Amino acid sequence: MMQRIRFALPAALSCGLLLLAMSCGGGGSSSASNTSGSGGSTSTTNAVAVSVNNGISPDFAYVNGIFVSVTVCQPGTSICVTVPNVLLDTGSSGLRLLSSSLTGISLTNATSGGSTLANCRQYVDNSYSWGPVATADVKLGDEVASSVPIQIIAEQNYTFPAAPASCGATAVNSVNALGTNGFLGLGFYPQDCGSNCVTTAAPGFYYACGSSSCTETTAQLAQQVQNPIGMFASDNNGFVLTMASVPAGGSASSTGTLTFGIGTQSNNALGSATILTPNAYGDFTTTFNGTTTQGFIDSGSNTLNFLDSAATGIPQCTGTYIQYYCPASTEALTATNTGNNGVTSTVSFNVANAQTLLSGNNKVFSNLAGAGDNTTVTPNFLYFAWGAPFFYGRSVFMALEGQNAGGTPGPYWAY
Amino acid sequence: MRAFRVPTLERCIALLAVVIVMFGFSGAANAALGGKVASVAADQKQMKASLKVSSNGRYEVHELQIAGGNVVREFVSPDGNVFGIAWTGSAVPQYSQLLGGYTDRINEAAQSRRYHRAPLAINEPGFVFSAMGHMRYYAGRAYIPSLIPAGVQVEEIR
Repeated sequence: MMQRIRFALPAALSCGLLLLAMSCGGGGSSSASNTSGSGGSTSTTNAVAVSVNNGISPDFAYVNGIFVSVTVCQPGTSICVTVPNVLLDTGSSGLRLLSSSLTGISLTNATSGGSTLANCRQYVDNSYSWGPVATADVKLGDEVASSVPIQIIAEQNYTFPAAPASCGATAVNSVNALGTNGFLGLGFYPQDCGSNCVTTAAPGFYYACGSSSCTETTAQLAQQVQNPIGMFASDNNGFVLTMASVPAGGSASSTGTLTFGIGTQSNNALGSATILTPNAYGDFTTTFNGTTTQGFIDSGSNTLNFLDSAATGIPQCTGTYIQYYCPASTEALTATNTGNNGVTSTVSFNVANAQTLLSGNNKVFSNLAGAGDNTTVTPNFLYFAWGAPFFYGRSVFMALEGQNAGGTPGPYWAY
Repeated sequence: MRAFRVPTLERCIALLAVVIVMFGFSGAANAALGGKVASVAADQKQMKASLKVSSNGRYEVHELQIAGGNVVREFVSPDGNVFGIAWTGSAVPQYSQLLGGYTDRINEAAQSRRYHRAPLAINEPGFVFSAMGHMRYYAGRAYIPSLIPAGVQVEEIR
């Protein structure tokens, strides 16, 4: 026993020193995949394919998960790894990848005043993803963003201090728990936190870590985890996500195209899309059945999520499906989004019986709706989340803050 | 003579009960919700917050201003109980500090939700919780129905 401790201590120390000195990105010693550089191609392809499928957890099948492949490289080199099955998330900003997905490459952790800079990404249910900020070149198709701060999600066998209590309580840090290798956050804010974290050591975002513990710290805008689109050399003012239509009964899988830039090439023109701008909270308002709530569009949410049966008159499911709607027959509905710019847009959508949908083998549904609010007890904190189903059969544009996109300054949504 | 007896099932259950009660009490002592007004000071210290107290005659509001524009408002009844807490800000507040043992209910819900990312509502006779939002903006509230003073509407907990 004593011998084991004596052996373990230097081993732990040397591992820690190795991490500080080399900041090994991924685990293990699997071989690097060398990919060719960006040269060779004569025209910049500004689009990549996306797919909706079961995800990669052995424990559950993902519903309405829109996934994309991301290539991550050691900065300035052709030492890269292509990480498949990354959730495309328009409701957050920044690339976050599980440490186990970064095989064969070695990324340098970012530092803050001599400490390792760590990042927290929170959810309302007290779950979180956590790990060091590292710098990588990020490639999506032919588009390259150089030296992008990303989050490495620290898994159980990845040596890194635990998340402080102000980050959250439930770590989601494995393929089994996530069903994905990580998140590609393409939200219209270039950073996850923004100016708030430049001036104050705000809880829930950035932490300075020693060898065993971490405390809240500030982070300059350029240090913060970034939406890689804003760091592309061109086509960097936003994107348009075009998804295939989905039949009423759902489908086993589906496809779409993520096109970078707005109004920069022939394949990303705004056309007649309606532009809605967000308020200071990043939301528009949504009015449904006489109730007005905050609203937003979020490909990373797997339902259309709004109100509850008390406010909508639509029955909720029972048992394990209680957070979903279960109407006896599919309901055809409309809601009106109003941007901060005063522009309104009425959206038609369907709500089908979630228990029926989820009991089958299909995993892609345009009519799956959730009832996460509790309007009886919290009438003044309500949200209408236009999740992944909103994207099916549509082209949705998102323009980055601080950019001119198709003649209109971002941030905005357009569809 | 035996110094120790073989533990019986009853003894084990009794010991377990004592441990549960101890944990329960320690949770209540640290947490503001359901605790006495003195627990607000512990929250203030832990979250490095500034405190502003106001009263409308029916209850007090202890407002904690935390770095990053986060605000936590703790509602205190005339008999000194924290009966409700509401929050808004750029981050999810530290539920374990504000809600103590009730946080277990939220964490249990998180385990069962997996990829279903949505607002979270818990509506039980002894504990009501609702939280929502997205990166850069979160809001929510929690309260204990039995501790709400007569005549106070839950809508006021915000």
